[in-house]
Amino acid sequence: MHRTGSLYGQFKTLEQQKDTATLGMWIFLVTEVMFFGGIMLAYTINRHTYFHAFAMGSNTLSLGLGGFNTVVLLASSFTMAMAVWSSQTSKKNLITLFLSLTILLGFVFFGVKYVEYAQKFHHHLVPGKHFDIFYCVNNPAKCEDIDAADMAKEKEELEAAAKADPDLNAHAQLYYSAYFGMTGLHALHMVIGAGLLFWLLKESVAGKFNAEWNNPVDIVGLYWHFVDIVWIYLFPLLYLIDRHK
Amino acid sequence: MRAEATGPALQLPEKHYLNATYGIRSWLLTTDHKRIALLYLASVTFFFFIGGFFAMMIRLHLLTPNGYLLTPDQYNRMFTMHGVTMVFFFLIPSIPAILGNFLIPIMIGAKDLAFPKINLLSWYIYILGGAFTLWSMINGGLDTGWTFYTPLSTIYSNSAVAPAVVGVFITGFSSILTGLNFLVTVHTMRAPGMTWFRLPLFVWAHYATSIVMILGTPVIAITLGLAAMERVFGLGFFNPAMGGDPILFQHLFWFYSHPAVYIMILPAMGVISELIPTFARKRLFGYHFVAAASLAIAVIGFVVWTHHMFLTGQSTYAAVAFSFLTFIVAIPSAIKTFNWTATLFGGSISFDTPMLYAFGFLGLFMIGGLTGLFLGALGVDINIHDTYFVVAHFHYIMVGGAVMGYLGGLHFWWPKITGRMYPEWLARIAAFILFIGFNFTFFPQFIVGIMGMPRRYHTYPPEFQIYNVMSTAGASILAVGYLLPMVYLTWAAFYGKVAGENPWPATGLEWKTQSPPLTENFEVTPVVTWEAYDFHNRPDLGLDVPSGKGSPAVAPAHGDD
Amino acid sequence: MYLAIITTLLILTGLTVAAAFVNLGRFNIFVALLIATVKATLVVLIFMHAKYAPERTKLVIIAGIFWLALLLFMTLSDYASRVDYRGLNYPMTQIISHTIDRRG
Repeated sequence: MHRTGSLYGQFKTLEQQKDTATLGMWIFLVTEVMFFGGIMLAYTINRHTYFHAFAMGSNTLSLGLGGFNTVVLLASSFTMAMAVWSSQTSKKNLITLFLSLTILLGFVFFGVKYVEYAQKFHHHLVPGKHFDIFYCVNNPAKCEDIDAADMAKEKEELEAAAKADPDLNAHAQLYYSAYFGMTGLHALHMVIGAGLLFWLLKESVAGKFNAEWNNPVDIVGLYWHFVDIVWIYLFPLLYLIDRHK
Repeated sequence: MRAEATGPALQLPEKHYLNATYGIRSWLLTTDHKRIALLYLASVTFFFFIGGFFAMMIRLHLLTPNGYLLTPDQYNRMFTMHGVTMVFFFLIPSIPAILGNFLIPIMIGAKDLAFPKINLLSWYIYILGGAFTLWSMINGGLDTGWTFYTPLSTIYSNSAVAPAVVGVFITGFSSILTGLNFLVTVHTMRAPGMTWFRLPLFVWAHYATSIVMILGTPVIAITLGLAAMERVFGLGFFNPAMGGDPILFQHLFWFYSHPAVYIMILPAMGVISELIPTFARKRLFGYHFVAAASLAIAVIGFVVWTHHMFLTGQSTYAAVAFSFLTFIVAIPSAIKTFNWTATLFGGSISFDTPMLYAFGFLGLFMIGGLTGLFLGALGVDINIHDTYFVVAHFHYIMVGGAVMGYLGGLHFWWPKITGRMYPEWLARIAAFILFIGFNFTFFPQFIVGIMGMPRRYHTYPPEFQIYNVMSTAGASILAVGYLLPMVYLTWAAFYGKVAGENPWPATGLEWKTQSPPLTENFEVTPVVTWEAYDFHNRPDLGLDVPSGKGSPAVAPAHGDD
Repeated sequence: MYLAIITTLLILTGLTVAAAFVNLGRFNIFVALLIATVKATLVVLIFMHAKYAPERTKLVIIAGIFWLALLLFMTLSDYASRVDYRGLNYPMTQIISHTIDRRG
């Protein structure tokens, strides 16, 4: 099928093309809901079964970094929505600005995630051969980034958790499996989203989007918002399991 | 058609989608849904051969009770690879990716699917997934059963699990993209006047199938993803030693794999819904009910999966609930079967090859479906779970049902796809051979299953040998029944008699275009003002069908006299 | 309009963090999920324009949520009804074991 301008050959009107692409993206997002849903199910069952291990694991996550990342992603959703609005009102420079901001915020998110992951590696909290939930408490010198007060609290929590759950180390691995699985999958989707945003940026600089044709911005926006929604759920599920101790 | 049969020999149209462009690149980089359908035909047939090879090994081995042919480990690999190949690389893509891709745009009056490039991507993803699975086979295959149950698959198996799991994972996306394409196409690309209730039931069936593909396949994707992570990185969701749960794997696996069987049968039912009205020269009885039943099967099919897990320590209450739902899901299928049969009543029936396959479907699907009810009954299932009764049940549906539908559809639309007709008498003989071979293969398995022969065992008690020998003998006849169409359909594509626009004749937009169709399908976008299967309103077809319901049609016309 | 939404989202984020520090026992998770759902709804309706979308889109969204619920609740119902599976004791299993015990 040949393309004339923005109109692909299998369509009769731009309206039909827009309608089709938008429906396609929404249906794709439904498949993503089911995709994440599977790992959410695994998380739900294991959290119920091994609550103490999950609570312990959750408390080793930095609430500050997690909260900051949540704010970053929500802001990026806002800038994305503004980019869509700019394309609908043919404000070419604003499209570019807001797309760039969205990409920037995305990279800030990646940066923070990298810091978090690096910390987990350092503290022997990655599922596998070297996993050890007691590592930092037994070797405080190796985990210099935890200060003395936090270390004492962690030690107390660990002892209480180990009493409640004799097999804490094995079950805590399940928490970190869920953590890395869910945030890893999420991060992968964000990388894809960032790629799409870069493509959009290129097209917007070339002046392709205006009030008549802005559908690509719209549907990448849908994807980006979905990725944000996943994080909206991941944040309380992973970071806020049992903070009230 | 009658008039054309006595006139001069037909010619193929000058320009069509097959000769529009030449060269390997024009095929491998095509976005034409018809060419992509043929790409799928080639690759799906390839995997069918591979799955068939594994089936042959199983049946040869089971000729004797003590299994002289394969070691136990090799036997495990044979039935596993047979299942994986046939389910994921043959049955699930077959009708949707070949006939669906080819026909849906034409049937709704569109130039192509909604997303032609994604359609091509879908094929490449299928090939990539297939390559990973072939890699697994080359490295000895896997021995876990096509169900990949943990912890065997994730921890204890010594076979090439990881590449196979990755291969199936990747192929799932092919399915998702095809389903997405179909759903959107049916919503937004219909020609003017083609309202929902004028759509051919083939389209309705694929719409329902696409719903299942979209909602179910991502779940198996994440399940296999987690299983692969566990095998490679030692995660632990399904590992009891780490507190994981094998039952969780089963839930996640069957949440998809049960609806998957509806992905396999719904398109075949769609084909049958096209064949029966055509060869009975009569409108389909209860069009709305059949359409609604397709959707009902798709939806209800999602809430019955635990019937695969009756023997995993479920509480009676959960088991009763799922057993009840399993009985409910049979109802829409029954409605369809009654409607097809009612269509035959008072019709003018001709026994062309596609109709023979349709009759085969009716009988065999009924047996397969009814035996499913045996399995859904809790008390009975305790005794026949994991026996050959189950094996016979699903082969009756998948081979007796889905493959019959596939072959019937291939024959029916072969003149449209290639412009040429297959040899009718040879095809009828092949259909009979297939039907006989099939029943000899699988009916003894019902008997031997009730008698207690377990499935997936490389040996069996000697008193079952007669049935196994019968089954293997039947399988060899069945193989002939498969090989014949592969040979003569290929021959016919090049040397068959030119078919013309509407050889049967049938209603439906695809029969109003040339055979083979143009790349853009229609020269002018059609405007639809008629109902589906309106035989009584089509004097141009040359059928002497008096209008008015119930009165029999006269003068059945044939395709190749 | 978007500014109002993002502000609300940020406030709700703060709320969910604050709620995590209050001991509500079993209800902590429900409160957290409830707030998350409110946030998600705002994003879907306003940022993703679902409020102004054709009926078809709304049906697609509802179908997706419904199917996720199917997956979660039906699987959990199997777990919840298993008696003494892996040493677990869901509320439902108490009811079931009492019923079975009474029958002797």
